[in-house]
Amino acid sequence: MRNVDIPLHIRGESVFLDDIPEPKGMLYAALFASPESHGHVRNLDVSEARKSPGVFAVLTHEDVPGQNQIGGIIQDEPLLASDEVSFIGDPLALVLAESKAKAKLAFKKIKLDIEKLEPVTDPREAFRQGRLVAPPRTFALGDTEGAWADCEVVVEGRADSGGQEHFYMETQGTLAIPLEDGGLKVYSSTQAPSAVQRTIAGVLGIAMHRVEVDVRRLGGGFGGKEDQATPWACLAALAAFKTGRPVKLVLDRHEDMTYTGKRHPYTSDFKIGLNKEGRILAYQVTFYQDSGAAADLSTAILERTLFHCTNGYYVPNVKATAACCYTNFPPFTAFRGFGGPQGMFAVESAIRAAALKLGMPAAEIQRKNLLEEKDSFPYGMPVENCRMRRSWDELYQRREVEGLFKEAETFNKQNKLEKKGVSLMPVCFGISFTNTALNQAGALVHVYTDGSVNVSTGAVEMGQGVNIKIRAIVARTFSIDEDRVKVETTNTGRVANASPTAASTGADMNGKAAQLAARQILARLRETAAELLNHPDPMDIDIENERVTCKGKQTDLGWEKLVDDAYWRRTNLSAHGFYATPNLFFDREKEKGRPFAYHVYGTAVTRVTLDCLRGTYVIDAVHIVHDAGKSLDVLIDRGQAEGGLLQGIGWMTMEELIYDTRARLLTDSAATYKVPDIKSAPAEITVHFLEDADNPHAVMHSKAIGEPPFMYGIGAYFALLDAMRAFRPEKPPVFHAPMTPEKVFMYLND
Amino acid sequence: MSQPINCIFNRDTVQTSLPAGTVTLDFIRHHQNSPGTKEGCREGECGACAVLLGQWNGKSLQYQAVASCLLPLGEIEHKHLVTIEGLNREGLNPVQQALLDEGAAQCGFCIPGIVLSLTGFFLTSPDLAYQDGIDALDGNICRCTGYASIRRAVKNLHDTFAPKLDKNKDRLEQLLEWEILPPYFADIPAQLKCLAEGDCTSTTTEKVENILSSAPQGEEPVLVAGATDLYVQRPEELADKALAFVSRCTDDACLREENGHIIIGAGTTVTHLKQSPLLKKHFPKMSEYMTRIASTLMRNRATVAGNIMNASPIGDLSIIMLALQAHVVLAKKGEKREVPLIKFFLDYKKLDRRPGEVLKRVHFPVPAEGWMFHFEKVSQRHWLDIASVNSAITLKMKGDVIEDIHISAGGVAPVPFYLQKTVEFLEGKQVNGPVLLDAAGVLEKEIAPISDVRGSAQYKTSLLRRLLFAHFISLFPGKKLEEELL
Repeated sequence: MRNVDIPLHIRGESVFLDDIPEPKGMLYAALFASPESHGHVRNLDVSEARKSPGVFAVLTHEDVPGQNQIGGIIQDEPLLASDEVSFIGDPLALVLAESKAKAKLAFKKIKLDIEKLEPVTDPREAFRQGRLVAPPRTFALGDTEGAWADCEVVVEGRADSGGQEHFYMETQGTLAIPLEDGGLKVYSSTQAPSAVQRTIAGVLGIAMHRVEVDVRRLGGGFGGKEDQATPWACLAALAAFKTGRPVKLVLDRHEDMTYTGKRHPYTSDFKIGLNKEGRILAYQVTFYQDSGAAADLSTAILERTLFHCTNGYYVPNVKATAACCYTNFPPFTAFRGFGGPQGMFAVESAIRAAALKLGMPAAEIQRKNLLEEKDSFPYGMPVENCRMRRSWDELYQRREVEGLFKEAETFNKQNKLEKKGVSLMPVCFGISFTNTALNQAGALVHVYTDGSVNVSTGAVEMGQGVNIKIRAIVARTFSIDEDRVKVETTNTGRVANASPTAASTGADMNGKAAQLAARQILARLRETAAELLNHPDPMDIDIENERVTCKGKQTDLGWEKLVDDAYWRRTNLSAHGFYATPNLFFDREKEKGRPFAYHVYGTAVTRVTLDCLRGTYVIDAVHIVHDAGKSLDVLIDRGQAEGGLLQGIGWMTMEELIYDTRARLLTDSAATYKVPDIKSAPAEITVHFLEDADNPHAVMHSKAIGEPPFMYGIGAYFALLDAMRAFRPEKPPVFHAPMTPEKVFMYLND
Repeated sequence: MSQPINCIFNRDTVQTSLPAGTVTLDFIRHHQNSPGTKEGCREGECGACAVLLGQWNGKSLQYQAVASCLLPLGEIEHKHLVTIEGLNREGLNPVQQALLDEGAAQCGFCIPGIVLSLTGFFLTSPDLAYQDGIDALDGNICRCTGYASIRRAVKNLHDTFAPKLDKNKDRLEQLLEWEILPPYFADIPAQLKCLAEGDCTSTTTEKVENILSSAPQGEEPVLVAGATDLYVQRPEELADKALAFVSRCTDDACLREENGHIIIGAGTTVTHLKQSPLLKKHFPKMSEYMTRIASTLMRNRATVAGNIMNASPIGDLSIIMLALQAHVVLAKKGEKREVPLIKFFLDYKKLDRRPGEVLKRVHFPVPAEGWMFHFEKVSQRHWLDIASVNSAITLKMKGDVIEDIHISAGGVAPVPFYLQKTVEFLEGKQVNGPVLLDAAGVLEKEIAPISDVRGSAQYKTSLLRRLLFAHFISLFPGKKLEEELL
């Protein structure tokens, strides 16, 4: 493990953006942003600020040489606002000074006059007003209207889930350095270097080849740096371009929390019908997504909500409608799960409501409706290599889940002050970008004459271990020691047109591209080895543990000598690999197709204890059986599963965004917005990976792991609800996440 | 020009002429070019900037993990400031190796802070108990979140080293032996002793009083205790100001029993309270209560004086001290004035403090036989959070009636609140369900919480009712009061 990230992290030697040695003459940038959530800019005068001590320049929309536009999917987001502001944090001016403190002091000299308009803060209200990012979309299967008549019970309800601050430990940041040709080298803390490159080029009105974006690593991203690293990169680039000086723009925590987008809040109406055996016959749902003030990735996120609206269940009749609604919050954006969790929260809520009406345990309804091989998803894709029921059954066996329910029941009968709750959370999550075109990746592999290997891909390392996985893939492809392989920074000059590192696909796609590149070199090395060994057929040649074998028999030829000889024989020791995930298509007219390469399955059981006196609670245990395919690295995948789970629990329990009526975020600091700490993590967390779970659709039979485990956290909400209802059995359940101690308390005491 | 500050920064003796109010994290990152210490929040809430601060106390070298983002540079004078760079040796040390082996580092941003906090655990935990290791990390946020792996690493460290621990041996020596500290630490005691010998920074509260009262109006130095709130509120403003450090007042940094009173010096930290055998003797659960206050990184700095003088209506220590019938002793030019805490809080963030007065100490009567004490706190996150509502009670029974009682509550009024009317109602009453329900009715009428990010007014009112019940349910488990109250 000598030359990978982890020991560097532990020694504090990893270089994050703000750790890069500052170039000579560098200016610090600070953003002067709109203090109002909605209004017309009547006057913005920065002339006095330009004269402020230590200030070098102040830039506004008038200074943008190219397009003042950074919207990725929909062009609705100016880089610097001109006549209208639509959220608190909308960029108005960028101050460049010799220190950030001096830049901020100059804010006082900026004259701003805004005619205030009423902010829209409720997505349902936005919907009524027709403030939509795009026309609503509907996924349908079977005949929902016709199915209600066959149902024993039909239940309607509302399910709401709140937003979530990413709270990546490293805040957003960029360092932009002007180059000799008028271009720029940009270090950005982004998950999407190519998008940053393209957008900067557009803003500056220059060709993309003059913008080089480089990313070493991120101190966490979780989706928050997929689209929303771009504005900061563009601002810093604009400043460097205009001033000719290196410029650093790093947000402090307060700025980051106030100005940047978070997970989308959703509010939804559901209607579910079941027969008396507990089979779900029909499910209808309408999602109102709070998209914030600009489209950002909202339409793509909305789409994934629809894809996952029935989670891991087969429902023969489905009608799911969803709309992206403009409000006056900072544009909401990608966050682990990408709309999937919000969709799953609604269907899980519907099942709890139905369970009550039917008088059947929720877990029994869940189990009866689990996806089976050859079922169909509402979007027309057949269910293949299904491991939904397998994960459920293995969990029941391994953790004696029946016993957990009985134990809770007995405990609840005997205790008044405390109640226990148990819930099951199956998860089925599709892997691939739902925008089919994004499912492409490139990699560049060089073998140097000493036998060391250098790999570049489009993947960004942000703690998910993608570099370690890619390194392992390349080492295994060549059958050489991992220490020979180094994974380079992610750089637009080395790998072009890369998709963002997102949708859990980083290792799948970039690993595959790296493997394809390595295989090309391997094929050439086989030919060289055949020549060296005077063997006629290169196909008989292999490399095993750094030694060349011929028809399975070891030879005297080792890796280093082979590479060196290959060089002297003028063999190409570099290759570019390109991978496009095969067999994907989706018809947005019909809303049918095969959007995913495969699905990830798993089931979790969550156990909680509620303090009925104080309304507080402890998440005692979460046990997971998860389908990781043939894991490329068990330690990394375990960390991803546990980490995703804990973030999911945070979203469902303590993480709460509170705004005032002017759409100002009140929980805008680490002191007021609470993410899980080590002591609130469940005392017992176990993750079991399904054995014999090869996956033919991804590199080396592995499976993507980044996002799916997040949704196990949803189980915490329903386990809490279970315990709350043990205390107040007569009270209807509520589906309004997060379930904070205050909400628990009010439910128990109303 | 400010006085130069001398300290040992990792391996080197360093002198700096930066102002004493400079944030130490900036000194580390920008002036010492040591980027291993990370900036996560600048509020002491995430632990990414954790460092160790070592002090020669005349007999031995004592280290504590603290958050450098809330540490004024003046506080490192004559101390050993240790960052991750100062712990690194060839390869990985056992703490680092344990984290590596369990795959505990994901994005890597929080990990240096975690290494520092865990080293703090090794330096301070009496038995290297597993729970101490976890408690040491209660102020380190890992958003990725590798907590389960980190816990496994702590478990492995505990399993390896706790059995080897020789309590008769000097801890520093033992950690050198185990290679948890790099060899240069062996020379630090002598070096610090040498630095401290010429120490003219230690002072007395009296001197501080004089400085404060003799300074021209508007130029009084800012009194800095733990700085754990001060540096959250206004670090920029403090950077260039003259500061007077309570921590340097060596005369009254104490926690002692005297004439039937427990006396707590102004500079006493929450960690001191947590570890105090004296408090433990009188309040067996005090250490547990203290664990609910902030985090190890904060508790190592936050003081009793700071908590009271900050006048936050939700200050945990203010609430505890109110119920304990504490008095504060204020001093100015050697003249002392004693004020019952109950009368000290006048209005929101307004104290009965006269210009130039310094809080010297807090004292309260030693609880007599039969006195009971209990503290309740509910917050959005159970640990490391500010209370939505907190409450403390002291109580003495005579037969089956309440003879004497004091209850305080935070988050329900503009000040840390003494529940006068509820207390009066309960005096002389029996402890039973109907009485407590009536008491809750009185309580509701005497409080006036506001809605804010910590909860709605209605929630806080109902919650305090419940915390009143919780006090009695906890203090009288045999009475099964919950049957009547819930």
